[in-house]
Amino acid sequence: MTAGGAMKPILLRARGEDKSRSISTYLRMGGYGALKKALIMDPAGVRKEVKDSGLRGRGGAGFPTGVKWGFVPQDLPKPKYLICNADESEPGTFKDRAIIHTDPHMLIEGIIISSYAIDAHVAYIYIRGEFWEEARILEKAIAEARRKGYLGTNILRTGFDLEIHVHRGAGAYICGEETALIESIEGKRGQPRLKPPFPAVVGVFGCPTVVNNVETLACVPHIIEHGAAWFAAIGRNERNSGPKLYGISGHVRRPGVYELPMGVTFRELIYEHAGGIREGHELKAFIPGGSSCPVLPADFVDIPADFDSVAEAGSMFGSGGLIVMDDSVDMVWALENLMTFYSHESCGQCTPCREGSDWALDILRRIRRGYGRPEDLETLERISRYASQGMTICPLGDAFCGPISSFLKHFRNEFEDYIAKAKPLPPRTTPVLPVRSGRGRFGI
Amino acid sequence: MSLARTQPLTIAPPEELLEVSFDDGMEEIIEEHLRHYPTRQAALLPVLWLCQERWGWLSAGVLRAVARRLELAPAFVEGVVTFYTMYQTAPPGKYLLQVCTTLSCALCGASGLLERLKEKLGIDPGETTPDGRFTLLGVQCLGACGEAPVIQVNNDYYTDMTTEKLDQLLDELP
Ligand SMILES: Cc1cc2nc3c(=O)[nH]c(=O)nc-3n(C[C@H](O)[C@H](O)[C@H](O)COP(=O)(O)O)c2cc1C
Ligand code: SF4
Ligand code: FES
Repeated sequence: MTAGGAMKPILLRARGEDKSRSISTYLRMGGYGALKKALIMDPAGVRKEVKDSGLRGRGGAGFPTGVKWGFVPQDLPKPKYLICNADESEPGTFKDRAIIHTDPHMLIEGIIISSYAIDAHVAYIYIRGEFWEEARILEKAIAEARRKGYLGTNILRTGFDLEIHVHRGAGAYICGEETALIESIEGKRGQPRLKPPFPAVVGVFGCPTVVNNVETLACVPHIIEHGAAWFAAIGRNERNSGPKLYGISGHVRRPGVYELPMGVTFRELIYEHAGGIREGHELKAFIPGGSSCPVLPADFVDIPADFDSVAEAGSMFGSGGLIVMDDSVDMVWALENLMTFYSHESCGQCTPCREGSDWALDILRRIRRGYGRPEDLETLERISRYASQGMTICPLGDAFCGPISSFLKHFRNEFEDYIAKAKPLPPRTTPVLPVRSGRGRFGI
Repeated sequence: MSLARTQPLTIAPPEELLEVSFDDGMEEIIEEHLRHYPTRQAALLPVLWLCQERWGWLSAGVLRAVARRLELAPAFVEGVVTFYTMYQTAPPGKYLLQVCTTLSCALCGASGLLERLKEKLGIDPGETTPDGRFTLLGVQCLGACGEAPVIQVNNDYYTDMTTEKLDQLLDELP
């Protein structure tokens, strides 16, 4: 063990290898061995192994993967689908791209084993449209795997058939949400569906569907190869097991993706691995796992970075994408930046989300331009109550309400300072509608 | 060291895209996409991508042709196209300069890059230079925040950008 409990890399073991993406490198490192092992187990055995490993979804929610697989009805006479979620659009998250760049075959092997476990014969990789290069990398890896007999019909002469297709999105954060993603694969606008029914029962093309994140699926070959107990033993806290890719961005000296056992502390991540805060500055706040997770002030830096510990601290572990802010950051500005994102990305189906995100952005813009009003903070809090907690079809509502309420909770004085110095709103010179881009409802 | 590795897009002029048809090469790819899905409609996004790669943008004529080919209503196709930000419904410049403006990039100086581009090109985000060379866009998180600030030019990512690298990039683009 070295600094902060660094580990022998598992998911990023090929990083730095020459031609790390090619199938020959992957095979040399023992690749596709887990597939051979899985195909002689029965699917229920594979599911049990993954369940016992305690693997929890790396896409954000941390739902146990083996349990999710168990929701797929076994007796329905319909095809089943596996979807790999490579949409990676949550601000602060960039770990799936690292996996695809260094070791696409690890993901492909994970998809094959997982498809076998749920009896799927077609799998889709839904990848965000901007990841053009990554889509090419995956297509190449799929072609290589097929040539070697790991894909197609009668894989390794076991009678198991599987095709993997890469489906490119076209620019929409919401398509990372699993039901929106499913709509998007079906060739529609990416608007989330009401649940239930859950995708495990009625998913893509009306068939049972499992949606798993890239990193989740990349863990599967290792679980099969080394066993559930091995995987469960990695990590510092119970129920939060396995290796984790932490993406660290913002005001640190060495931003990037770090692979560490689940449960290292944020202090270790920021100061030991990412090299600390840039010269002359101190940590002010951090967003623990992608922009939708409530912000935490610097005093929380000693909590472990895993699902349960971060939840206990009143935030979310999310995807593990840590955004670090130093003492130069204006928190009103930071929240305005995030709300620009959410108001842009709301799909527009639910009034509280569509209108609430726009209103919140308008109010924040107005405050920042020096026209805040005393009642604004209460209005922001009201918006964040109305657009969260099951008032919307999908959790994007909660995703922007968490930031609003946490910024107000921990950094309220900064908002109040702006408002205390505010000047009266100038007389309206522009009509309220149509709202020009970049301009709010207040015409400023 | 040279930085630029992006080729200009081929942008078909509007008069060429009033009515379009798919040649054999495109037909072959469309057939391949159709084999990937149990429904015809599911091939919509890939076919739109194919058209955009071919012509640079999606005119009303292109949308009609896609709708016909996939047996969908043109209005439905338009609804899908306008939902996603990456489909271009007007001819863009040969280089789409997409500056990530979301938090991690903003913390690392994205607004300086955007200002520099606005000043150098004399356009605002959403606009195209009069010579048709550049379209400037402010975009949301590109999923490469560890290498912030990030700019995407056409399909390529340029990471850890600085205004100096930006100037060099603009000079080098063919
Ligand atoms: C607004 C929104 C955006 C999401 N974006 C992503 C994403 O980009 N990538 C991802 O893997 N999961 C994303 N998710 C979570 C997915 O809905 C889904 O839970 C996940 O892919 C399941 O995979 P897992 O169980 O392996 O974590 C998003 C969820 C929401 C509500
Ligand atoms: S919560 Fe927002 S993003 Fe989700 S379905 Fe409703 S409007 Fe769309
Ligand atoms: S914030 Fe710019 S790439 Fe993520």
